[in-house]
Amino acid sequence: MPKLKMALYWAASCGGCDVAVLDINEKILDLAELADIVLWPIAMDFKYHHIEAMDDGSIDVCLFNGSVRNTEQEKIAKLLRQKSKVMVAFGSCACFGGIPALANFFNRDLAFERAYVEAPTNANTERVFPQTSTQVEEGELELPEFYDTVSALDQVVAVEYYMPGCPPPVDLILKVVDALATSSLPPPGSVIALEKTLCDECPRTKEEKKITKIYRPHEIIPEPEKCLLEQGLICMGPATRGGCGARCIEANMPCRGCFGPPAGVHDQGAKMLSALASIYDVKDEAEIARMVDEVKDPAGTFYRFGMSTSMMKRKRI
Amino acid sequence: MSNSDFEPKIVGFCCNWCSYRGADMAGTARVKSAPNVRIVRVMCSGRVDPVFVLKAFQQGADGVLILGCHPGDCHYVEGNYKTARRIPLLKKMLEQLGIEDERVRLDWVSAAEGARFASIVNEMTAKVKELGPFRANGGG
Repeated sequence: MPKLKMALYWAASCGGCDVAVLDINEKILDLAELADIVLWPIAMDFKYHHIEAMDDGSIDVCLFNGSVRNTEQEKIAKLLRQKSKVMVAFGSCACFGGIPALANFFNRDLAFERAYVEAPTNANTERVFPQTSTQVEEGELELPEFYDTVSALDQVVAVEYYMPGCPPPVDLILKVVDALATSSLPPPGSVIALEKTLCDECPRTKEEKKITKIYRPHEIIPEPEKCLLEQGLICMGPATRGGCGARCIEANMPCRGCFGPPAGVHDQGAKMLSALASIYDVKDEAEIARMVDEVKDPAGTFYRFGMSTSMMKRKRI
Repeated sequence: MSNSDFEPKIVGFCCNWCSYRGADMAGTARVKSAPNVRIVRVMCSGRVDPVFVLKAFQQGADGVLILGCHPGDCHYVEGNYKTARRIPLLKKMLEQLGIEDERVRLDWVSAAEGARFASIVNEMTAKVKELGPFRANGGG
């Protein structure tokens, strides 16, 4: 078999997904054996014009991490789509918007105000903000235009596979590498994880769920064997796709929802909200209000990774 | 469009056993109420998944009304208590998403309370009229 051509790209992301690719350790050699990497901005020195010069569809697979929040990211997403046979939304940001999509509770003006004026380390009394075009003596300088709303990859271009996780776990990355090597990829549209919820693979003991108080993770040290929800911690397990191997649960931390909604669920946040409120063991109106108050940031908690692909997509400002 | 000629679309979820019959009672007794609420009959107010509320807004509703049996009167014993726990948390979350508190209302109407049904519908319609049309994904 001729060597595959592979591109890796990062848009609005932290770089953790690229590190996750390196976390496959010595298997990276198998990957190098299997594929020629044609673009990988974090690690290699290929330029965009090298990709532009390639024939359409000549890249076999593109692993695209990060969400899309400016013109450059959108342009490169479209370019890589055009040049790639298979587009993989790699990681929670590309799949659902991820952490950057929490910016959808704000807009560009509010984000700029915070980043360039309000943040304590700024000394920007002249209120200088990034401009898409600036004239200097040497000529014009350009910056990409920043959007009001952060989008998931499939809201910008068509995507064949979704590989959730913040970052995707090594075993799922290897599964994809193996599938590529043996040309046994699943049907397009597949999510490379389980169909069921995290609760389904969670090793903890589960009994009837009834809670009268909600704790934040720093407020208690949970028992290691018992369901975290039953201990009053907001664990996103009931509304989150399994397949991560319950990594956070094993470390005695509640699930934060990075695998997105399970199959058949469109809105992870609303489902989690429903699951959580259903196990409140209080009837009195004042007690219910107290428990609602104990959920300090419902939207940020329930949509921590899923704002772009949620039904509302963004805050109405 | 000025608020005076704005006719809001309100989706009203009514439980089969109390509130829907209360709505029926309002009709039988010829109590006049605003025509803005489109009723969706559900078996229990506990059936109203928060997703339904989001979907209503996503598809162009300006308000959502959820009516169930009075606490203690649920045909399924506990269903309306689940609603009573979910909707306040949902409203807190909707506020973060920029959806005003008054666009969603949870209340209780028994099968005998036709007049109460009509007055809740009128109040809700007036409130949503004041707020104006809901723009899904609007602004920003």
